Amino acid sequence: MRLRSLQIILWVAATAAVLAFAAVRWWPATDDTQAAASVFTPAFALADSEGRIRTTDEFRGKFLLVFFGFTSCPDVCPTTLSEVAQVMDDLGSDAGSVQPVFISIDPERDRRLGLADYTKAFHPAILGLAGSEAETQAAAASFKIFYEREADTASQDGYTMAHSPGLYLIGPDGAWLRQFTYGTPAAEILSDLQSRL
Amino acid sequence: MNHFLLAAALTLSAPAAMACETVAIGDLTVEHAWSKATIGAGRPGVFYVEITNTGSTDDALVGIATPAAGMPMLHETVVQDGIASMPHAMSIPVPASQSVQLSPGGYHGMLMGLTTALKEGDSFPVTLTFEKAGEVTVNVDVLSLRAEGPDCADAGQ
Ligand SMILES: [Cu+2]
Repeated sequence: MRLRSLQIILWVAATAAVLAFAAVRWWPATDDTQAAASVFTPAFALADSEGRIRTTDEFRGKFLLVFFGFTSCPDVCPTTLSEVAQVMDDLGSDAGSVQPVFISIDPERDRRLGLADYTKAFHPAILGLAGSEAETQAAAASFKIFYEREADTASQDGYTMAHSPGLYLIGPDGAWLRQFTYGTPAAEILSDLQSRL
Repeated sequence: MNHFLLAAALTLSAPAAMACETVAIGDLTVEHAWSKATIGAGRPGVFYVEITNTGSTDDALVGIATPAAGMPMLHETVVQDGIASMPHAMSIPVPASQSVQLSPGGYHGMLMGLTTALKEGDSFPVTLTFEKAGEVTVNVDVLSLRAEGPDCADAGQ
């Protein structure tokens, strides 16, 4: 009985996947026109957990998957990092062509709590960066993302962060390609990447 | 083919543990209580659960308490105009004949001031306080950092 319904669910899922794939292949994505209208080259220069400054330039030739967040964020941030980790696992031998980057928008506290321990717990390939306040603001501005520190006495350390929770894809030439909005399933991110690799 | 499906079904339901227990209080049932492992105790943990109100009276979750954290609180992740924030939720409505989920990207218990790091496989109690039904304690399973929720045979997913 349960097997039968599982079988049906799997068939429905397979059919849906085929239809979704066809739709993506044959309908011009509205995203493309948007992307074409906004070609830009985001940049960062931020310290990694060992204090070395890492810049966008050194990753030319690779796709960058960039996410801004903070490690005292147990709800939203792990969801995206888990999806990125899943994508890296599923890329298999292509994983070397994609560099996932986690940029802290709460750099002082995240350096204190330990950035690498956090990113590595999701996936060893994820590079965690935490710069100065000014460097972080510059990176965010260049990616056209928003973040803000909110005073909140009911939060740990008396503040919390509001931020753009999207995942950003940068091409091997350094140009912005697209955003994956919060909650985009790993499978969707994976197939987008695979279509470009 | 059938063996493969059977194996898949077993794998899906294998880790089922306390998160799959159901606790009832009055017209409310509380189930699928889970949390994610934390890296150290310096960052807040999270608490997720599903509450079903089978009665005809609206109720609301108004607070949580746990020995695992000094400052547990109800939060709601809100994504508005592309910005995610998580304001304090004074209460989480549990309307008559409805289910409410504390789940990733929505309502959650924010476990600030953890007494110890939460490790995968651990469990800890959380006491939920409802406006009308009163208090009920559930055991919370700590799942992996990458978990999306408990795999219970009856989970509506
Ligand atoms: Cu929260």
